[in-house]
Amino acid sequence: MLHEASGAIKWMAACRVEDVPGDGGACVLLEGEQIAIFYFSRRDEWYATENRCPHKQQMVLSRGMTGSAGPACEPKVACPFHKKTFSLRSGECLSGEDYRIRTYPVKVKNGRVYVGIPW
Amino acid sequence: MSNGQLPVVVVIGNGMVGHRFCEKLRVSGQFRIVVFGEEPRPAYDRVHLSEYFNGKSASDLALPMTGWFEEEEIVLHLGHKIREIDRQQRLVHSDRGVIQRYDYLVLATGSSPFVPDIPGVEMDGVFVYRTIEDLDRIKAYASRAKSGAVLGGGLLGLEAAKALLDLGIAQPHVIEFAPRLMPRQIDSSGSHALESSLKKLGLQLHLNKTTQSIEGHGRVEALQFADESRLPIDMLVISAGIRPRDELARLAGLAVGTRGGIIVNERLQTSDKNIFAIGECALAQGMIYGLVAPGYEMADVVATNLLGGNKTFGGFDMSTKLKLIGVDVASFGDPFAAEPDCGTIVFEDRHKGIYKRVNVSADGKYLIGGILIGDAAAYNLLLQTVNNRLVLPPEPSALILGNRDGASEGAGVMNLPDEALICSCEAVTKAAICTAVTEKDATTIDAMKKCTRAGTGCGGCIPLVKDLIAGTMKAAGLYVRNVICEHFEHSRQELFDLIKLHDVHTYADALARWGKGDGCEVCKPAVASILASLWNETIVKQATIQDSNDRYLANIQKGGSYSVVPRIPGGEITPEKLIVLGKVAKKYNLYTKITGGQRIDLFGAHVGDLPAIWEELIEAGFESGHAYGKALRTVKSCVGSTWCRFGLHDSVTFAIEIEERYRGIRAPHKLKGGVSGCIRECAEAQSKDFGIIATEKGWNLYVCGNGGSRPQHAQLLATDIDKDTCVKYLDRFLMFYIRTADPLTRTAVWLNKLEGGMSYLKNVVVNDSLGMGSQWEEEMQFLVDSYKCEWKEVVENPELRKRFSHFVNAPRKKDPELQFDNLRGQTKAQEW
Repeated sequence: MLHEASGAIKWMAACRVEDVPGDGGACVLLEGEQIAIFYFSRRDEWYATENRCPHKQQMVLSRGMTGSAGPACEPKVACPFHKKTFSLRSGECLSGEDYRIRTYPVKVKNGRVYVGIPW
Repeated sequence: MSNGQLPVVVVIGNGMVGHRFCEKLRVSGQFRIVVFGEEPRPAYDRVHLSEYFNGKSASDLALPMTGWFEEEEIVLHLGHKIREIDRQQRLVHSDRGVIQRYDYLVLATGSSPFVPDIPGVEMDGVFVYRTIEDLDRIKAYASRAKSGAVLGGGLLGLEAAKALLDLGIAQPHVIEFAPRLMPRQIDSSGSHALESSLKKLGLQLHLNKTTQSIEGHGRVEALQFADESRLPIDMLVISAGIRPRDELARLAGLAVGTRGGIIVNERLQTSDKNIFAIGECALAQGMIYGLVAPGYEMADVVATNLLGGNKTFGGFDMSTKLKLIGVDVASFGDPFAAEPDCGTIVFEDRHKGIYKRVNVSADGKYLIGGILIGDAAAYNLLLQTVNNRLVLPPEPSALILGNRDGASEGAGVMNLPDEALICSCEAVTKAAICTAVTEKDATTIDAMKKCTRAGTGCGGCIPLVKDLIAGTMKAAGLYVRNVICEHFEHSRQELFDLIKLHDVHTYADALARWGKGDGCEVCKPAVASILASLWNETIVKQATIQDSNDRYLANIQKGGSYSVVPRIPGGEITPEKLIVLGKVAKKYNLYTKITGGQRIDLFGAHVGDLPAIWEELIEAGFESGHAYGKALRTVKSCVGSTWCRFGLHDSVTFAIEIEERYRGIRAPHKLKGGVSGCIRECAEAQSKDFGIIATEKGWNLYVCGNGGSRPQHAQLLATDIDKDTCVKYLDRFLMFYIRTADPLTRTAVWLNKLEGGMSYLKNVVVNDSLGMGSQWEEEMQFLVDSYKCEWKEVVENPELRKRFSHFVNAPRKKDPELQFDNLRGQTKAQEW
C-alpha cells in the first residue's frame, strides 16, 4: 500500500493465484518485461523479481528452485543454470558475487496476483 | 636476577636444534640459560629455507616469537662467536668480549657447507647455500646473472637449483660427481625417474662429472671439467655436502672423529662429561645426522637428562620425504637393502616419472625400506609399517600398486600401535594424537598443532594426522555429523530411513517433521530423490522440489531451451523409429546429435513445445529416457553374438532387459550401465556404474566404474554367473547404493568412501552378509513394477500440460529472447 501511495508504482494484474505453483515460480510478461513471481505456501508470501539471471543473462529465474537461507529464513531462488542464489527481498546475490536482481512488490486480491511496476 | 643462584647452562649455537634444546629445558625453571649465536638473527627454519625465494620473509621463517627469550628469561647473545672454551674454569669467551661461566655446556654449532678444494672457489659469483645471509648474497648476484650452476646433486643441491629457478635463472645446471642424483637416499633407477621429471622442469643435469677448476677473471665465467668439457656460467652455488662445526671442540681438546664431528656417547656427552654436543656437529655412533628430526631427538635427550630423567640416543631413522621442485622424493627404512637378504618389488612408470621400490624381508613378513619417486602418497603408511614392524598383507605388491580391493587406507592408520611415531620431527606418537582428540578436543589440524606440535616441523605427517583425527573421532562417536544442508540435521541415509519408517510422502511433511526454514536447492532434490526411490510416485506431482531438469522432464540448455532424449534401450532402434525422430526434429526445428550412451538427443525445444514433442514420440512407441534425472540413463551394448563373429552371448538383448528393468529408478546420482558380448569390451562396460561382460561360462559383473573428470575402472563383483544371478546381484547392489550414498555421489566415489571397500561390498551383495538381500530384491521389484513414463503422465493431463509454458499470462507466446544460430545446416544455441 505504501508503494501505491507514493505514486511511483503502477499495480498490474499479472496472473491468477493458481498459475504459480506452491513453493515455486512462474514467469509473466508485463509491458514487455519478463517478471518471475514466486509463492511460498507455508509462509503465504509472494515475491517478484526480474526473470533474467544477471550471471549469463538468461531468462530462467522463474524456473529456479526457491528456499530460504540462514536463521532469518531469507527467501531466495537458485538459478537453474549455475545455482547462483538471490535474495527475493533485496535482490542481492547470496552466493557471494556482485550480481543483483530487481525486485518488485506483489499483492493478491480476489485470487489475482498484482505486481507493482515503477512508473 | 632472581635465578642467579641456579646452575648455568650455556648453549653455543642458536640454530634449529640449539633452539629446540632451549625450548625443552626452559619450562623447568631449574636452570639459567645463556645462548650464543653467531648469526645476526635468532633461530630460523632452515628446512624451508628455499621458501625465502618464493615469498617467505626472514621473519616468516623465524622460530621463536619476538620477545620469547626475554619472556623465558633466557640470555641471548646474537652475533657473538665463541673464541674459546676454558674447560678448567668452565668459562666461554666470545669474540665480542663476553665471558660466561657454565655448569653445563651444550655445543649446537651445526655444520658448514663443505667447499671442495677446487682452484677458483674464491672467485666472485661462487656461493654456498646455508644461511639467510647466503641467500641474500645469491639473490643480489642472480639479478645480474643469466646462467647458473649448482655443484652437487644431493638433496640440498637440488633445493639450491630450485632456488636459482625461482630467482629467474633459466635452466640451471646441476653438476654431480656420482653417477646418480641424491646418492645417499635413492638408487639409480629412482634417480632416472627423478632425472626425467627434473629435466622436464628445466634443469640441466650433468652426472659423472668431475669439476677440475672454476675459471674466470675475478668472477666466475665457466666450469672446467676433468673430461675436458667446459660450461660457461655466470654464477655457481656449491652444495657438496656438510662438515660438522667441531673447531671449538678441537681447540678445547675434546675428542673428535677422524673425518670430523664431536664424539659423543649415547647420552650425547663429549669426552668432557659436562659438555654435550647435539645436532649436525655431533658424531653419534660414528655417524653425523644431517636432518632436523634426529637433531631434535638429541636436544630432547640432553634436556631430559639434565632435568633428572634418563634418556639415551639410540640412532635415528633417516627416512625423508620431500618435494623437490614439485616432484615427490622419499626414502625410508633401508632403501638399498638388496637380495638375497630381502625381496625387492619395483614399480616403474617412466612416462609419468614414477618409481617405487619396496624391500620386503626374505620371509615376506616385514617391510625393510624403500624409495618413492614421483608419487609418495604412500610414504607415511609405509614408514609406519617399517617402524612398527607391522606384518605385511599376503600380497605386498599392493603396498605400492595400491590396494586393488579398494580397502580404505584410513583403517590402516587406526591399526597402528599406540607408540607408533606419527610426527618424527616433534616425536609425537599415535597415542598422543588420539588422546588430544578425545581429551582436549583437538579435532582440527590447527588445534592439533597447538596441542601436540604434531605437523609443525616438516609437515609431512599432516595427512596421517588428519586420518588419525577422523578415525579417533569416529571411534569415539564424535564424528562430525554429515548433514545434507542447513535445513536438515541428517545425512541422506538417516533421512532415507526416517522417511521410510514414518511413511512420509511429501517434501513439506519431511520438512515439517525434521527440517527447518523453507528448504533449498540442495535438500529439495535430495528428498525428492529419496521419495522417488522409496515410493516411486510420479515426480511431477511435486514438481517444484525437483531440480529444474526433473521439473521440466528435459535438459535445460544455453538460452533456456531444452533437449529431449527418448529411451533407446541398449542402443537398438528400428528404421521406423529413426524416421519418427527425424520427422519430429524437423517439425520442431531441433538440432540432433548421437549421445555417448547410444541415443539420439534433440536440442533446442521451446518449453511450451515439450508436451507436443513427447506426444508425438510416445505415439511412435518411445518413452522418456530420463536424461534429465538422477536415474538410470542408458545401458550401452555392443552388437554381441547376434552378429559379431567374436560374440559369446547376446549382449544387446541382455542390455535391453537390464535397461527396461531399471528405467526410471531415481538414485543419489545418475546411473550408467554397459553389456559387452566378449572380453574385447566394445560397450566399455568397465567404465560404467555397472558393467556386464560375457564369458565362456556366463557373465562377469563389474560395479562402480566411472568416466567423467576422475575416471575409475569398475571392479569385479562376481564371475561366470547366469543372467538371473546377475540381475539379483544388481538389484542388491543398486538398492544398497540408493539407500546409503550421499546426495550427488556416483557409485565410484561411494565405493571409495565405503569402509572395507570392494571386499565389504562383495560380502554384502554376494554373501548377503547384512541379511538384506531378499528385502532389497523385493524393494527393487516394487520399483520395477510401479514404473510409469513421466512424459506420458504430462501428455495425458491437461492441468500438467499447462505448466509447460514460458509465460503463464501468455501461454502461447514463446520467450522472445530465445534465439538460435545456424551451424552446418542445423540450429545451435546463441553464445551467452
